[in-house]
Amino acid sequence: MKEKIISIVEAHGSDASRLMDILLNVQSTFGHVSAEAVSLLATMLRISEVDVVQTLSFYHFFSTTAVGKYAVYMNNSVVSCMMGMKDVVDEFEKQTGVKFGNTTADGKIGLYYTACIGMNDQEPAALINGIVFNELNRQKVRDIVAGMKVGIPVQDMIAHYGDGNNANPLMKSMVHNNIRKTGAVVLSDYTLGIGIAKALTSDAKSVIKEMKESNLRGRGGAGFPTGMKWDFCSRESGVHYIICNADEGEPGTFKDRVLLTERAYMLFEGMTIGGFAIGAAEGILYLRHEYTYMKAYLENVLKDMRIKNFLGNNILGRGYNFDIRIQMGAGAYVCGEESALIESAEGKRGEPRNRPPFPVQKGYKGKPTVVNNVETFCSATRIIEKGAAWYNTLGTSESAGTKLLSISGDCKFPGVYEIEWGMSINAMLEMVGAENVQAVQVAGPSGICLPPNQFHRKIALEDLPTGGSMIVIGQQRDILKDVVLNFMEFFADESCGSCVTCRSFNMILRNAIEKVVAGHAIKKDVENMQAWSEILRKTTRCGLGQTSSNPISTTIKNFPELYDARVKDVDYQSDFDMEKSVKASCEVVGRSSEVHELAKVNIN
Amino acid sequence: MSETIKFTIDGKECQGTKGQLLVDAAADNGVYIPVLCHMRDLIPAGSCRMCTVKVNGRNMAACTTPAEEGMAVENNTPEFLDIRKAIVEMLFVEGNHFCPACEKSGNCDLQALGYKYQMMVPRFPYAFERREIDATTPKIFLERNRCIFCKRCVRVIKDEEGRSIFAFKGRGTTLEINIDKKLAATMTDEMAQQAMDICPVGCILKKEIGFVTPIGQRKYDTMPIGSDIENNHQ
Ligand SMILES: Cc1cc2nc3c(=O)[nH]c(=O)nc-3n(C[C@H](O)[C@H](O)[C@H](O)COP(=O)(O)O)c2cc1C
Ligand code: SF4
Ligand code: SF4
Ligand code: SF4
Ligand code: FES
Ligand code: FES
Repeated sequence: MKEKIISIVEAHGSDASRLMDILLNVQSTFGHVSAEAVSLLATMLRISEVDVVQTLSFYHFFSTTAVGKYAVYMNNSVVSCMMGMKDVVDEFEKQTGVKFGNTTADGKIGLYYTACIGMNDQEPAALINGIVFNELNRQKVRDIVAGMKVGIPVQDMIAHYGDGNNANPLMKSMVHNNIRKTGAVVLSDYTLGIGIAKALTSDAKSVIKEMKESNLRGRGGAGFPTGMKWDFCSRESGVHYIICNADEGEPGTFKDRVLLTERAYMLFEGMTIGGFAIGAAEGILYLRHEYTYMKAYLENVLKDMRIKNFLGNNILGRGYNFDIRIQMGAGAYVCGEESALIESAEGKRGEPRNRPPFPVQKGYKGKPTVVNNVETFCSATRIIEKGAAWYNTLGTSESAGTKLLSISGDCKFPGVYEIEWGMSINAMLEMVGAENVQAVQVAGPSGICLPPNQFHRKIALEDLPTGGSMIVIGQQRDILKDVVLNFMEFFADESCGSCVTCRSFNMILRNAIEKVVAGHAIKKDVENMQAWSEILRKTTRCGLGQTSSNPISTTIKNFPELYDARVKDVDYQSDFDMEKSVKASCEVVGRSSEVHELAKVNIN
Repeated sequence: MSETIKFTIDGKECQGTKGQLLVDAAADNGVYIPVLCHMRDLIPAGSCRMCTVKVNGRNMAACTTPAEEGMAVENNTPEFLDIRKAIVEMLFVEGNHFCPACEKSGNCDLQALGYKYQMMVPRFPYAFERREIDATTPKIFLERNRCIFCKRCVRVIKDEEGRSIFAFKGRGTTLEINIDKKLAATMTDEMAQQAMDICPVGCILKKEIGFVTPIGQRKYDTMPIGSDIENNHQ
């Protein structure tokens, strides 16, 4: 083991800022990162063991104990549950003989839950040793587990590859693109290099000017004007960095998955243009761990671009040097927050930074850094190619261009749609074949739960802004139980824990909504939930805490009847449920609770 | 020379130097903004959120916000008094605090803020979290039940090579303060004392000596927290 670890560390220049990659390497080589490995890494990197553990313990896909030869990570986010995750889980447990959260006695199979893996249009889905298994059902699970028992490599269990580049020999994935609607910008026909050539034959100032005039605003959710961001960053002195945020962690979004699969050249071209504009020589693609299956393909695209001289030294003979490396994540939603992403890329725990300074002033390694979303860079490529004026003919007056939507949930055609900003929710629902809709979750858990009487509203930064996640919730769903509780569980798990309020309130609010769902809450509890959500919103460092109470606050506002139906109008109500507790304790000691139930019937 | 700026806190005219953190600038003007994680001249942690104020209508942490010319800051408004009380209550329900049995009682910033904001019964349900005590290092008890994750120890206490002796482990509700067994074994008495002194609560305790000053004669037993700042400038 020792030699192997030494060679991993040396391959990364014995550089502590590459701790993420080092740990990922150790994890995939040994199936876990042992105490012995931690000690060795600390010595070699000249940092303390607690600093290794600080990173190691932060991310979902690192573990200190063996995860099993086959590690199944089942997506338990809202849409997976809607599409039948329960049966799949049940079948996995039946076939393996262990419950989720455990490994089989022989160490062969481990079953775990994980948050949204970016496959909401093909749920239930799971990652097995990093490979995506979509549209799971009982039969498929039986086949998979049977294969595991006889030691078939996971890769060989894939029966059919997906469409487009999913079938590329370097990707070999069963993922479907599900591109349902192409638009004029990112999903239209494209030839590599026109944008770069145009940018390099003009100058950085002109590129920024064009970007400003395009009115492109960030597609990652916050909607900050991209040209302005590049401008601010370019004004800082010294070394600059450009980073693409491909962390795509907001439950319900998967459009970056499709861009990375089908528009990787366009993305890297956009990063190169951005790098040229701000004066960066190095770019980083921060790719979420769940998309590891794309890594070899993306590396190959970079290689091809180097061969074609769109990357590397003296690009297109214009004297500009620029290259891109891929930084893998290790499973943490908060790493989508740009400053947490930067911390993570530096090998640390993904804790958002305090602002100021902003990343454009002090970002990666303390240098001015631009962080943009995948779709933002792709759009930039087209803007430089076709011009700001062209771009402004699309969309609304305040939201120029097109937007990719990831639409999933209770609809006939889940998938990716490139729409012009300004489409109404009604029109969107018609487009995706959705009927009997109870609500639409706009912009993911951190967005809003929208009721039908607001379906006339428009998808646009000035009305309903979104990073692209749209979850259609049908009449048959229990919003508080199936949606709100699930979202609050997600936030409680994903809070980085730095802010007192985010760390505690998300758990408290999670417990509060559980109490409502269980029918133990009183009116006062709902008032408290509202008041506490307010305090949380006002007192956190980053956007996670500022929006994590939205599942509760927007449903209290838009669906008060759901609360009224479950909440008792009394002054006091015990949280304690005798029956449930007896049942639970009977289960623990392995005794039937029948006697108690019989007694109850007799009393009644 | 650094540039002098003027701003107001709850209407009071204040002066400071440009770029100075708002919380420090306020203190220099005799205005106490409560803090738990902040320490002057240390990189801000911005984690306890006690210092939340409103600047030109926006909520900000005063320990991470530089003072700027013309800022209008709201500090002791009913809104923020309630938020601060809520945060103190939250820390009490999140950890496990039994003040009468705590070596830090009377010297504890959290307890003192509990008195200041007149906390009676916390409005939040207790978490009853199980937290492990670590007494395995030679100089220090780590009483995790009382940790408020202010990161002061993480930021200040380093060995000669600049390596961290304290660091976070986990995230969200699994977050805990971790101590490096190997490096802690090399800590001097002075370092252990410093670690105990900067810890705002009774989580880091130096072994062997305890209760030197009797309860009743300690820092906040004689003067409420923040009064030193407020009394400096009458
Ligand atoms: C908790 C949290 C998660 C985020 N996740 C993502 C993400 O997965 N992808 C993304 O592009 N932006 C995400 N963001 C927004 C980023 O912080 C940042 O605004 C964005 O990457 C900037 O790029 P843009 O201007 O091109 O949108 C997230 C923000 C927060 C607060
Ligand atoms: S708001 Fe939550 S996720 Fe963001 S920094 Fe604070 S604790 Fe971390
Ligand atoms: S740390 Fe402070 S609040 Fe906690 S028990 Fe000790 S004195 Fe009380
Ligand atoms: S041990 Fe003390 S100083 Fe360190 S983080 Fe916890 S409360 Fe702060
Ligand atoms: S003192 Fe400002 S956040 Fe703690
Ligand atoms: S029982 Fe309350 S402090 Fe001992």
